[in-house]
Amino acid sequence: MWIYEKKLQYPVKVSTCNPTLAKYLVEQYGGADGELAAALRYLNQRYTIPDKVIGLLTDIGTEEFAHLEMIATMIYKLTKDATPQQLKEAGLGEHYVQHDSALFYNNSAGVPFSATYFQAKGDPIADLYEDIAAEEKARATYQWIIDMSDDPDLNDSLRYLREREIVHSQRFREAVEILKDERDRQKFF
Amino acid sequence: MDQQREMFTPMKSYVPFRGLFDPCPPIGKKYYSTPPNLYLGFQPPNLEQFTPQEALRKGTLWKVFYDYYDNPYRRGGDSGHG
Amino acid sequence: MANTMPIEYYQQLEEIQAIDFVIDELVLYLDTHPTDQNAIQQYNHFALYSKQIKQKFEECYGPLQKGSVNNRQDYWEWSGPWPWQV
Repeated sequence: MWIYEKKLQYPVKVSTCNPTLAKYLVEQYGGADGELAAALRYLNQRYTIPDKVIGLLTDIGTEEFAHLEMIATMIYKLTKDATPQQLKEAGLGEHYVQHDSALFYNNSAGVPFSATYFQAKGDPIADLYEDIAAEEKARATYQWIIDMSDDPDLNDSLRYLREREIVHSQRFREAVEILKDERDRQKFF
Repeated sequence: MDQQREMFTPMKSYVPFRGLFDPCPPIGKKYYSTPPNLYLGFQPPNLEQFTPQEALRKGTLWKVFYDYYDNPYRRGGDSGHG
Repeated sequence: MANTMPIEYYQQLEEIQAIDFVIDELVLYLDTHPTDQNAIQQYNHFALYSKQIKQKFEECYGPLQKGSVNNRQDYWEWSGPWPWQV
């Protein structure tokens, strides 16, 4: 089971009222390389992978939910006080017509979330390589959002999330080495 | 030897091929990031750490993984990475 | 429930976030380095310290988790402001 803790993993701050940024951020909420897809991908892979790496998938998958809450917090803060007119000017008119300012699991172009965003091949190496790729793609997405954003406080939180992708990628790479099971042994070919 | 070696940066770049009939002025360099996890291999024990407060702010406990990112196109050119 | 939280709330919260972040990082490291005794020792140190500062925080601002003691008899403190609101 999971236990909710009533705090964010990182103190998220947003300093400028710019709802357009919410439109970009939703890519990491309900997009292909977003935090929801990451959490569901890793937690789902746990059932068919050697015991040695189940703990890592559990812990990283759980952390992704904390990141999902951080992204939700940014979107919430950027849209909670926006009028329909401001949302329209931010390119969120279509979103408003469907959802008011409710969050929804879609990507920055409004495409709804899909389970096809991740795979479960059942092959430990194939699955871990997908995880490494997912972390690098999420890192790249954070870079592109930072490039689009002029909000220093928001960028600070986005840099934190980008850095987490780097550490997660490192751990998945180590998991592959563990599964090769040759790290401390003499290799003979 | 040392003076011939360029200073290391994890922010790499390349110049896209320019066709004779390309409609837009060239962007110059295209940048891509190569973060520290690509270079370290399996993390050795007892690497240098940040304090807890610094670690939270930087997003990593170990200094070796820290990689500050900023828009490389904003400063209009060569340095790319800060 | 007040509409804004005092500055001490943010300061105490950030200390918890920093300590818990170190724990998060050590856990991921230990997942791939399960025999690093220095890291285990460090993990145990911060796990204990985290419990202490959370108890102090919860006495002022209500429970962080289901299962923490609700200090007030007249008000369900879990219903105070949420992370995305503060």
